[in-house]
Amino acid sequence: MKLLSLIVVCLTGGLLLYGTADLPDWGDPNTPASLHLSKYYIENAIRDTEVPNLVTAVLADYRSIDTMLETAVVFCAGLACFMLLRDFTPKKDHYYRHVPSGVILHVKNPDRQIIAGNEFEDMDKEWLPPDTIIKTVCRMLIPFIQIYALYVVAHGDFSPGGGFQGGVILGSSFILLAISYNLKYLLKRVSEKFLGILSAAGVLVYMGIGLAAMVLGGNFLDYEKYAPIFGEHHIRALGMLGVEIGVGMSVTAVMVIIYINIVSEGKHDEGL
Amino acid sequence: MTELFMLIAAKYNYCLYVILMMIGLYAMIAKNNLMKKLVGMNIFQTAIILFYVSIGFKHNATIPIIKGDHGHGGHGAAIHAADYMNPLPHVLMLTAIVVSVATLGVAMALCVKVYQRYQTLEEDELRMRLSEKIKS
Repeated sequence: MKLLSLIVVCLTGGLLLYGTADLPDWGDPNTPASLHLSKYYIENAIRDTEVPNLVTAVLADYRSIDTMLETAVVFCAGLACFMLLRDFTPKKDHYYRHVPSGVILHVKNPDRQIIAGNEFEDMDKEWLPPDTIIKTVCRMLIPFIQIYALYVVAHGDFSPGGGFQGGVILGSSFILLAISYNLKYLLKRVSEKFLGILSAAGVLVYMGIGLAAMVLGGNFLDYEKYAPIFGEHHIRALGMLGVEIGVGMSVTAVMVIIYINIVSEGKHDEGL
Repeated sequence: MTELFMLIAAKYNYCLYVILMMIGLYAMIAKNNLMKKLVGMNIFQTAIILFYVSIGFKHNATIPIIKGDHGHGGHGAAIHAADYMNPLPHVLMLTAIVVSVATLGVAMALCVKVYQRYQTLEEDELRMRLSEKIKS
């Protein structure tokens, strides 16, 4: 079986290598790929959209419906992870830690759900106190990571960046919080309900911007139609910013949803 | 012989992607563990992404962000397509990366589910368990 697959792989690789002989040289500016559509984008995007970052201009304006459905794909991935893994069966044993003294209470088969208050903290059996160095370093790093993520989202029109990239950075800052403290601490700060609403709201913001343009009398996602409300100046850049914020919200929430469901197998306890 | 070397030197990037793609394909076909198959799938996707991005590269060109003061509606110096890299592969691969993250997340969720039910991720053991289940 291994030998057979090796032969198949080598045959495929040989065919592909044979095919590369006809491909253009590396870095040749006159390849077919860069002569037709991309030439138009480079030469006219700044006139059409007033956005210097061509990648954002193509992503959020020329190909904006593609990006909208891409955001929907991301949302569906988060939804699929939630549906597959989320486990709502209540735990039998509950452990609570008295925060000031460190005493641990073990409650077996409680009749009803006990909600831990300020003094007591809900915890799991395999609980280890988080390391002080890791906690301190992450506490100092996370705000800067989040500020940087917001910068990447907001500045996507003029420098490298955009909704997907910024959303991933923001989501990874939340994941860092879950790793350095624990999952319950993250879920206390950012509840699951909030994440679910945020991931759907991102897609709705995107589609809402498109539909509002239709209401104002233009095509779907035609940002020019917002000019009477926000003014003519950089109106397409502004529309793209709104769209990128929607994308960023959705991507952030979905990153965190995928993480929290996979590491804890849907139980939302300590996780890793 | 020298001609062949010249050909490889001019197009060495394609050789690298083919090698990466072969590694990924081999892992997807031959490996027994589902997680290893997933790693192979990700290597394969990375090869495709690198291939596309390298198509967009041009010599003596900069990143696809228009320099200078064009943003304020001014029509200063004319923009030449040869000065900027091709933005189209970058856009396509940006979306492809997102799709790869989404597929990886869903695939890992499925792996967790399979492990919960069968306590294994090895393909031959899974097949054995499934055939036992059908018999009984």
